Amino acid sequence: MPAKRRWNWLLWAGFMLTLVAFASYIVVFVNFPITRNFPWVNLLLFAGAAALLIVGWRRASKQPELYRGKIAGPVLAVVSALIFGLFIVQIFVLGRQLPVSAAAPQVGSKAPDFTLQDSTSKPVSLSDLLNSPVSGSQPKGVLLVFYRGYW
Amino acid sequence: MRGIEKHLSEFQARGIRVAAISVDPPEVSRNLATKRGYTYTILSDPKAEVIRRYDLVHAGAGEGGQDIARPAEFLLDSRGIVRWVNLTEDFWVRATPEQLLEAAKQIQ
Repeated sequence: MPAKRRWNWLLWAGFMLTLVAFASYIVVFVNFPITRNFPWVNLLLFAGAAALLIVGWRRASKQPELYRGKIAGPVLAVVSALIFGLFIVQIFVLGRQLPVSAAAPQVGSKAPDFTLQDSTSKPVSLSDLLNSPVSGSQPKGVLLVFYRGYW
Repeated sequence: MRGIEKHLSEFQARGIRVAAISVDPPEVSRNLATKRGYTYTILSDPKAEVIRRYDLVHAGAGEGGQDIARPAEFLLDSRGIVRWVNLTEDFWVRATPEQLLEAAKQIQ
């Protein structure tokens, strides 16, 4: 048996790629509609990570005299699978837990008026939004975007 | 929100004013606007009163169990009548700027 077995970098690269695949959705890809509405980039990254882990684990178990990772292989693979599961739950399950909003204003109804502070703490009402000029003329409409907030 | 900023001149060219609403206090909105370069109106509804009036409360979904708004977009005409609504069924999925601009064509 050789004195020193080689470092099984594929396993660690696969694990690192799993972490990148998980974190990059929130950090990067959620900002762009094309990668947010369906997380295809992240799923591809997870697939790449799985390939690295599988190849790394296989060579660790088939050629244990050459490659390390007989224990690290299964451990990293299981942890990576759990991270992937967490991602799937977050995106495809928790994302759909939304209230019904049955009483939200519908097409044809008048939007309820309001007065709220803008980012400079100045009060702004819906009538202000509907009446103050947009590019020099009376606005044709208002787009209200409700969002979850930035934390 | 980034997508809307990117297409803001197109909304303005169509006479559409854009306003975003969340429970964030004004200073948080100010930081967000500065950091990301948002120039449209950002309104604060810290007690979720208007969000509740619009039936858009997502109870306990915020940090520390705070009530926040579920994502939703409304396009109103100049009289304040709702002409187009998007209540997403998945909070990762929002209306794209292209969809919003397409909806804006209706009220030209």
